[in-house]
Amino acid sequence: MNNQLADRKFIIIGVFVLVGLIYISRLFYIQVVDDTYKLDARNQAFRYTTEFPIRGYIYDRNNKLLVYNEAAYDLMVLPKNVKNIDTMDLCGLLGITKEQFLKKMKKAIQAPNSPRKESVFEKQLSPKDYASLQEVLYRFPGFFVQSRTLRKYPKKIAAHMLGYIGEADKRTTEKDSYYREGDYLGISGIEKSYEKVLRGKKGMHIIMKDVNNRDMGSYMNGLYDTAAISGKPLITTIDADLQEYAEQLMQNKIGSVVAIDPSTGEILAIVTSPTYDPNLFVGRARNKNFAELSLDSIGKPLFNRSTMASYPPGSTFKLVMALIGLNEGVLTAQTRYPCARGYPPLGGRPKCHPHGSPMDLEGAIGTSCNSYFSYVFKSVIEDKKYHNTYKAYANWREIATSFCLGTKTGSDLANELRGNVPSIAYYDKVFGQGSWKASTVISLGIGQNELGITPLQNANLVAIIANKGWYYTPHIVKAIDGNPNDTILDKFKVKHYTKIKDTAIYNVVIAGMAKAVEGGTAAALKIEGIPYCAKTGTAQNPHGKDHSVFVCFAPKENPKIAIGILIENAGFGSTYAGPIARLMMEKYLKGEITRPDLEKRMLETDLIHKGKNAAVAEQH
Amino acid sequence: MQRSLNNTSIFYNVDWITVLTYLLLILMGWLNIYAAVYNEDHYVITDISQKYGKQLIWIGTSLMLALIILIIDENFYTAFAYFIFGALLLANIAVPFLGREVKGSSSWFRFGDFGIQPAEFMKFAANLALAKFLSNQNIKIADYKNTFISLLIIGIPAIIIMKLQNETGLAIVFAAFIFMLYREGLSVNYLLLGFLAIILFILALMINNLYLFIIIGSLCAIALLFIKRNAKNLFIIAAIGIVACTMVRGTTYVYDHMEDHQKTRIDVLLGRGTVNLKDEGYNVNQAKIAIGSGGFSGKGYLQGTQTKYNFVPEQDTDFIFCTVGEEWGFLGSTLVIILQLFLIIRLVFMAERQRSSFSRIYGYGVASVLFFHLTVNIGMTIGLAPVIGIPLPFFSYGGSSLWSFTILLFIFIKLDSKRLQILR
Repeated sequence: MNNQLADRKFIIIGVFVLVGLIYISRLFYIQVVDDTYKLDARNQAFRYTTEFPIRGYIYDRNNKLLVYNEAAYDLMVLPKNVKNIDTMDLCGLLGITKEQFLKKMKKAIQAPNSPRKESVFEKQLSPKDYASLQEVLYRFPGFFVQSRTLRKYPKKIAAHMLGYIGEADKRTTEKDSYYREGDYLGISGIEKSYEKVLRGKKGMHIIMKDVNNRDMGSYMNGLYDTAAISGKPLITTIDADLQEYAEQLMQNKIGSVVAIDPSTGEILAIVTSPTYDPNLFVGRARNKNFAELSLDSIGKPLFNRSTMASYPPGSTFKLVMALIGLNEGVLTAQTRYPCARGYPPLGGRPKCHPHGSPMDLEGAIGTSCNSYFSYVFKSVIEDKKYHNTYKAYANWREIATSFCLGTKTGSDLANELRGNVPSIAYYDKVFGQGSWKASTVISLGIGQNELGITPLQNANLVAIIANKGWYYTPHIVKAIDGNPNDTILDKFKVKHYTKIKDTAIYNVVIAGMAKAVEGGTAAALKIEGIPYCAKTGTAQNPHGKDHSVFVCFAPKENPKIAIGILIENAGFGSTYAGPIARLMMEKYLKGEITRPDLEKRMLETDLIHKGKNAAVAEQH
Repeated sequence: MQRSLNNTSIFYNVDWITVLTYLLLILMGWLNIYAAVYNEDHYVITDISQKYGKQLIWIGTSLMLALIILIIDENFYTAFAYFIFGALLLANIAVPFLGREVKGSSSWFRFGDFGIQPAEFMKFAANLALAKFLSNQNIKIADYKNTFISLLIIGIPAIIIMKLQNETGLAIVFAAFIFMLYREGLSVNYLLLGFLAIILFILALMINNLYLFIIIGSLCAIALLFIKRNAKNLFIIAAIGIVACTMVRGTTYVYDHMEDHQKTRIDVLLGRGTVNLKDEGYNVNQAKIAIGSGGFSGKGYLQGTQTKYNFVPEQDTDFIFCTVGEEWGFLGSTLVIILQLFLIIRLVFMAERQRSSFSRIYGYGVASVLFFHLTVNIGMTIGLAPVIGIPLPFFSYGGSSLWSFTILLFIFIKLDSKRLQILR
């Protein structure tokens, strides 16, 4: 009997061991297999605070500050932790109504937010509001403040070039996991193209919380924390004074000016007009200001014309035509062509303005004769050595595109249009294969038809002529974090050559441009002591009055500045575009203006509000 | 005989493995209490204004108690078994009237900062009394009368503690003695009946009672098909069926008469209805989060966030295992369970080696009580048992429970050290 009972110890031990095994299995499940408890623990005991890095400052070429940061404070909410708060008290502090409060709370709880996810409750509190809120924030569990930086612009210039920053949306966060929704990132301009340089690296701090949501210090003494790394400052190639001056001159005119240092490819000024104060895109009024600016359908101040608008190059392109003609040997400086208020072989089309006839190349450049360059174009396309139109056109197009036309310049400006030099395939499609020839597309010779060029390409074209056949890719950043040799900038140190390398050819064209200043269309715009080269012109505009175009570089020898300027619907080049370019060159090279009368006239000219008729009256 | 007479050391024949396991467990317990209530203002582990400092006092006094127990002649425990039982029974009856009420609990005698909970000591007293009663040569537990008396020795203290002191957890512990009674010859039917009762209790709460009746009826009918149909078997099956159905009905009755917090604890365990994790489900959920977040090897000593920052309530007493789970992870939790079970199973082997049935019965009682505490305490933290407020032996903060477990254990160690002497 006793022995039988003694055997029961095995059953008892068996039960003990069984319970032990069940418990250990259960522990294995909840501790090792199931991750939900770990997430829950992190969610309730940790607060992950992001330390936003200081975004890199932006300077001009002379270290003048263009963009800096100012602290702002976002009030964040983690709805799960919001309990027992005095809603009216908080509303009072924030200056919002109870309805707004409830709306904001609802937004924080609903997808894509969630009660377990922190989101911005009130954006960009002022330092003053922040100070008063901070003292009583402990009364509102679930709410906390996150500091952010806002961009500030001491000079209200170069809005389009600098671009602006905005919040990352869902698409951005899906594309790049670095960003969380609501993070700031560059949306346009160099804020966008240099985003990775400027943004730095976010830091992450893990703060422990107790059950009452009190901060209990950093987790593991900060072992898993990462410090924010500040963004690198940029030194741009912009000359702030020149930029500011150009913007003033361009006030109340629609168009764009780009000035490049031909010897380096550095963009000295890049103006889109009308422009806006970049400070408008910062802070809580941003959305309102943005909407207002978008409503201006005439000036389109948000439209970055300097790189995003494609204009017919017009007269500027005649310079390229001259270079190609000389290069192909179908044209010499002495070649003379007649003009009968237009191109005679096609019954006076394209039309031309009255001037002496026939003229040689120098004279044709000086007067911007349409007939002359139509002849040149025809002789290039019908050049016998190519046997047929297609081969000759292909050659023409190849040379033209080597001047960075119809292709992006590859600059570091965020958005750039390609422009257009029409392809053979395009004309085959329009006219049918073999059914087009030089005379069909004759106005290409004078920079019209489908030719499209951005103001940046226009200025670059002038720089190429100034350099006599080569260029550095135009760019806006000179140094990153003080280092001009940063590898990001390497691509701007490569010399690009056009298909026309003979400097003698350029000399002919340059001589023509110099003549235009000495005694031609730009004779009224001379600069004392600085001989320079220019080409005035118009670009026919299918949508209205001709655009006023002017290209120039100065000085004639060792050029320091090349300018391309286009003013929409302003008529002949020497009326507005020329004087503005002239003033800019003088300002940049001399630092002072010898023609205050011209300056005054340009500053006061209002082509937007005065209407088109008034502009016609002033035409040259 | 000769040897023991020559050696009068009180430590002679003491089972050192058990003593060392005990010491290891209280040391681990103390370190965990330190971790559970750790705060940087009071980082000195001996600071007696903090619980870990106080626990050090309890540990010291427990060791003194252990020493005293080893010094006292082993015959004292047999001789005074009933007296001790009676005295403690009186103390337990008296405490609701004499003790000061603290936080709604009337089970404490208070001495300044410290308190004593006589219900804790009722366990070893009942164990002594049971051992004394069952070790009588003439007693066969299989007799219904003796079964009844054994159940009285267990039941009376339990009822007093439950009804007078409102300490349900401490009362339920007395059910642990069923293992010891089973070893001493209690019919296995009682165990099966108990098991059936638990199963049916759970089922009755989970499933519509009507379906349950049908299932029970069907099972009985099926049973009849497979066994010899004679009057006896018919009677047994009918009896089982009726008992089962009564239990199902009884469940509803018991459940309805439970207090609200007890109902919700059962609801939480069984996942009945919607459990609000901020309210009634909070404790268990937080316990699981703390343990679950520990992962395989834990967050490291003093690195727990869930327990240290008070997410887990009672993290130093009944929920001390959460600290183990969080900071020591799966490895540490398993180690604690294995150590505890090692001690318990060691006690079973020690009990089996006794010549004296008193010692054996007492030893089984100790093992049973420790096992019951372990099962319920850890079970509730990992969601396998309802929340019943009983401490984890040697780990939970508290003087009464540590003293009580020490006395319970060391009386047996003392008895065991004299196992080679006379038969009691």
